[in-house]
Amino acid sequence: MTGNVPDKSLPLLKVQNLSKFYGKNMGCHDINFELAEGEVIGVVGESGSGKSTLLKCIAGKINTTNGSVFFNSLYGFVDLCQCDELLLRQLTRTQIGYVTQNSVDGLRMNISAGGNIGERLMANGMRNYSQIRKIALEWLEKVEIETNRIDDLPTTFSGGMQQRLQIAANLVTDPKIILMDEPTSGLDVSVQARLIDVLRKLVSRLRLSMILVTHDLAVARMLSHRLYVMKEGKIVESGLSDQILDDPREPYTQLLVSSVLKP
Amino acid sequence: MSLQYNFAYLDEQSKKMIRRSILKAMAIPGFQVPFGGREMPLPYGWGTGGIQLTASLLGKEDCLKVIDQGSDDTTNAVSIKDFFKKTARIEITENTEDATIIQTRHRIPETPLTPQQIMVYQVPIPEPLQFIEPKRQENAKMHAFSEYGTMYVKLYEDIARHERIAMAFDYPVHVNGRYIMSPSPIPKFDNPKLHQSCAMHIFGAGREKRIYAVPPYTDVVSLDFEDYPFELEEWDESCAICGSDQTFLDEIITDDEGTRMFVCSDTEFCSRVRQKGKR
Repeated sequence: MTGNVPDKSLPLLKVQNLSKFYGKNMGCHDINFELAEGEVIGVVGESGSGKSTLLKCIAGKINTTNGSVFFNSLYGFVDLCQCDELLLRQLTRTQIGYVTQNSVDGLRMNISAGGNIGERLMANGMRNYSQIRKIALEWLEKVEIETNRIDDLPTTFSGGMQQRLQIAANLVTDPKIILMDEPTSGLDVSVQARLIDVLRKLVSRLRLSMILVTHDLAVARMLSHRLYVMKEGKIVESGLSDQILDDPREPYTQLLVSSVLKP
Repeated sequence: MSLQYNFAYLDEQSKKMIRRSILKAMAIPGFQVPFGGREMPLPYGWGTGGIQLTASLLGKEDCLKVIDQGSDDTTNAVSIKDFFKKTARIEITENTEDATIIQTRHRIPETPLTPQQIMVYQVPIPEPLQFIEPKRQENAKMHAFSEYGTMYVKLYEDIARHERIAMAFDYPVHVNGRYIMSPSPIPKFDNPKLHQSCAMHIFGAGREKRIYAVPPYTDVVSLDFEDYPFELEEWDESCAICGSDQTFLDEIITDDEGTRMFVCSDTEFCSRVRQKGKR
């Protein structure tokens, strides 16, 4: 199966009629969109609008109620909602990165920074210590963490550093798509700026494909090419980032944009 | 004592249940088989898993040896031997060659095992993945899907911190190319003895209620990195009592001035070598 070349005529990711219900409550409903390779999509909306639910469905972290998420992998155009668990776990381990809002959920806090970065490499069969070490050092440098911190535990890192470490740990296996759930929330502005800076560099250098969920419109504008606005579990507006933020059409989007405080 | 116990303490139904689990464990080397662990008249952590295995395996003709810390006469070993002497009235020995069942906590005897022998281990923590992933359900999935890469994170951490793999006991092994198994608290010195061993090795964890096994002639490979291979500890000294230089040595401090001596941890082997030397 490996060694197949993904079909270039298909999008990298295709979300089709995706719905998730928590009992009677709706998480998200009838979501449709496509993501091309090298594209960064932002999903914005207020808290409880279903952004994170959508992302968790795409990442295979929770079971969907209905619909499909097709992923153009080395194994063909697979539906992540239908494929068997073995394949899903393999894909999420190698080709899909997932950066959580709280780095505690995404990192192993009792294992050194180097170990955290190396974990995905070792999970993919790398059994050479020096090689793992070398790659870990390279990645620390890429996310602007001092390389002498490689043997320190993530608990000794600041929030921003933990988040950057989480990004490195996800990108180390060169995933085809990276999913980010509010990567900047909980960080103060200057730290946010640095994280966005690192992300922008990585996005342009590695041509990352990314889905970025955030409630921070400024972050969405800085990073994403296209935006989807969610309200009560549905997509209410979509389009180019600048277009949506400068000239919002829907009343809800207008409200969102006008609610941002300007110092 | 007026009270009459069933042969080897456990009732026949319980023994049958445990034997069934043993057969399953033998059929799937390294796989942890759950079993209905019984309450034993000693606390968890003192070898309840091993003692249940031994009780189910014992026949009237069997000869039992019990080792604790390599020694035949430490508290745990003596009390377990006493227990089976009372409840099963079987022959008890210290001689490794005579024993048909050997229950142990820390050591595999230095004397080579024979195909007629069964090793029974007392295991405190049967799950080798627990260090890296505390969730039980996730552990089960990792075993099921052979997702063992993360196990190497433990080795990585050791090398990063100590510049070598510093685990000295309970060193994880890959059994029959399939399951990763914790060989209980045996020193890594004894790991190679499990590989292609002609004897049967059965592991019992009483508190966690798991049984697993290494059948005779099974591949048992200790985990390592390409550039940091599995290594055995070595001593500069040889045993101060019998003079062996191939055995696992214990360091014993003999006075307040820091005088120390190194002696075999397997006391039965040590005394036999010394007897031979005298003759």
